[in-house]
Amino acid sequence: MMKTGAQILWECLEREGVTHVFGYPGGAILPAYDALKHSSIHHVLVRHEQGATHMADGYARASGQVGVAVATSGPGATNMVTGIATAMLDSSPIVCITGQVGSKLIGSDAFQETDITGITLPITKHNYLVTRAEELARTMREAFYVARSGRPGPVLVDITKDAQQASCEFDWNAAKPQLPGYRPDLSPAPKEYERALALIHNSKRPIILLGHGAIVSGAMREVRDLAESAGIPVALTLLGLGALPASHPLNLGMMGMHGEAWVNHTIQEADLLIALGMRFDDRVTGNLKTYACNAKKIHVEIDPAEINKNVKVDVALVGDLREVLQAILPRIETIDRSEWLDSIDRLKGDSAVRDIQNLPDSGHLYAAHVINDLWRETRGSNTVIVTDVGQHQMWEAQYYKHEEPRSLITSGGLGTMGFALPAAIGVKVARPDAEVWVIVGDGGFQMTMCELATVVQEKLKINIAVINNGFLGMVRQWQEFFYERNYQATPLLNPDFAKLAEAYGIRNATVTQRSKVVPTVQAARQHDGPMLINFHVEQEDTVYPMVAAGAALHEMIRRPSPIVETAAD
Amino acid sequence: MMNTFVVYVENKPGVLTRVASLFRRRAFNIDSLTVGRTEKREVSRMTITIDADHDQALRIEANLYKLVNVLLVENITTVPALVRDLAMIKVAATHEARSHVLELASIFRARVVDVAPESLIIEISGGEDKIDGLLEVLRPYGVLEMVRTGIVAMRRGNKPSVTLPSSAAPVQAMADDDLSQSV
Repeated sequence: MMKTGAQILWECLEREGVTHVFGYPGGAILPAYDALKHSSIHHVLVRHEQGATHMADGYARASGQVGVAVATSGPGATNMVTGIATAMLDSSPIVCITGQVGSKLIGSDAFQETDITGITLPITKHNYLVTRAEELARTMREAFYVARSGRPGPVLVDITKDAQQASCEFDWNAAKPQLPGYRPDLSPAPKEYERALALIHNSKRPIILLGHGAIVSGAMREVRDLAESAGIPVALTLLGLGALPASHPLNLGMMGMHGEAWVNHTIQEADLLIALGMRFDDRVTGNLKTYACNAKKIHVEIDPAEINKNVKVDVALVGDLREVLQAILPRIETIDRSEWLDSIDRLKGDSAVRDIQNLPDSGHLYAAHVINDLWRETRGSNTVIVTDVGQHQMWEAQYYKHEEPRSLITSGGLGTMGFALPAAIGVKVARPDAEVWVIVGDGGFQMTMCELATVVQEKLKINIAVINNGFLGMVRQWQEFFYERNYQATPLLNPDFAKLAEAYGIRNATVTQRSKVVPTVQAARQHDGPMLINFHVEQEDTVYPMVAAGAALHEMIRRPSPIVETAAD
Repeated sequence: MMNTFVVYVENKPGVLTRVASLFRRRAFNIDSLTVGRTEKREVSRMTITIDADHDQALRIEANLYKLVNVLLVENITTVPALVRDLAMIKVAATHEARSHVLELASIFRARVVDVAPESLIIEISGGEDKIDGLLEVLRPYGVLEMVRTGIVAMRRGNKPSVTLPSSAAPVQAMADDDLSQSV
């Protein structure tokens, strides 16, 4: 059947299971938008193309399905770059579709022409330039297959205007992917399994380091079985939070730069690290020269290029985490490791007395209190928290106890400020039944707050907690610790976020006291539309503990003990 | 240590850029890269030499495989292989010096491919050492211009080092048998 390239595009998306796309029209993508009226796909109009990519990313992380963003050529395409890089670093499957000038004009510096495949080459898993309608169907099938298989990632498809306008014969079944060099399905050699089992059974002080790969692979059950049957405690990366319930007795919590002291000490004292779907990022290892020196290392990872990249390992099991664990679980021997677990419990005691949650209410409002109260109110009710980047992100990771996978959506690898609000829109679109909360700093919020209009236009019930301390808080913290409190360019003069929400017709509240946190959160939950709460928190509060960049993992800056007010009274 | 990789890639626009960009992004420094056609129209072949230790070489291989258009990567650093570089050297050859230059070219089994009143162009192919050697002895006469292709390499033996993909079939590396000897 003859179809235009534009019609083929939408039909391919439908056949790939796409129900929503996030986009912004413009000249070079107009033929595609013209054909949208015949499609069942719902188009979410964003306010900036960066927002479209974060929405597609949030959609993908919340659902496990491929998210789709659409933009025009030139500035539309380049605005996507930050969102694509964010998805790349966190292995999030998104497909970005960009219009391109006509194929005859390529290379001529035509109006709104930019070499977006060249620009995004190092930040996509793969990308395509389509200049003929005939190539479109196979390219779209390949794009979705590459995005979602193996280690997922972003794929960009740049389609010239004439390829959208031209007509050709469309045959979905004939347009099979042709990727002779692409191998997403690797599995370990049998002898590697033997070596891994021997290390596990011979270890006295093992620890599992659990990452995002567990959630991507859907290996939550297998990870839990391994931890329970072999009696192994589990530390999680930021993106791994939720892969094992926070309330599970073997779950130690988050490791790394802002991990609790007992977690990092446990890693340093272990004799075996079992790394599952994580990549030894510098934020979790600290100084590599002093990292887990006495431990053997097993690395289960789907991407062979991650093996021995940062940390030299003894056994590498390259393959899908779930399949690898299913293969070794029947052969895991039950081992009593209570001595090891008891020694970890002793480490925990010291940290508990330093916990800010045990501070009596002095009238000051701390971000940690806001987040912990939010957790108490929303726990157990299908809640997804979407955070931005900075201090509030780390407090969220410390004080919101995630029981479910995909209940925390956050930018880990790239650390993209401005991620939260647009990503939350994608989350809510993917999971309309979920209660979605944005936790965002006053700095990051202002990077993408234009998407408030998208929330309203799409009638999305999203709650937004602005953790407002009048500073670029994490940068200020680094200046406090490492630059002699020289607060250059970190104080913020903010608009009144409540009035801003008012302008968009979004219900709002401002909270300055701890006692008002819970009632305001309850009011937001009961309101059937979006609500923004502007939490005025202590200005010079600090995320503890902290491993300074380049320091050894066990050399933490600890919370003051006994607990003291960190702000000037 | 210098590693030699033979890389088979799909013969498509932009693939060379993807490979070169990978090396730049991961901060691996290419010593030499050649690319050309193979016996199959849809496949191009690269020979890449790069200074890397053992672990780095493994990571380079793994990163190359992450490129969707890369079909097969073979590190032939330690396997018996023929390695060839081709150079054209324009050397000053005045009347008095000409016979000496011709003699040197002959010793190195190089060919004179162009003769001008004051200069000669000498073409030589072989291992990099051999070309370096000729260049060294020609230098006193005055090397006016030189161009080298960078190395191309091929495993010894009567089987190809790999079976290239017909269409969607995965590529298989061959075993180290049937090796021939140097001639």
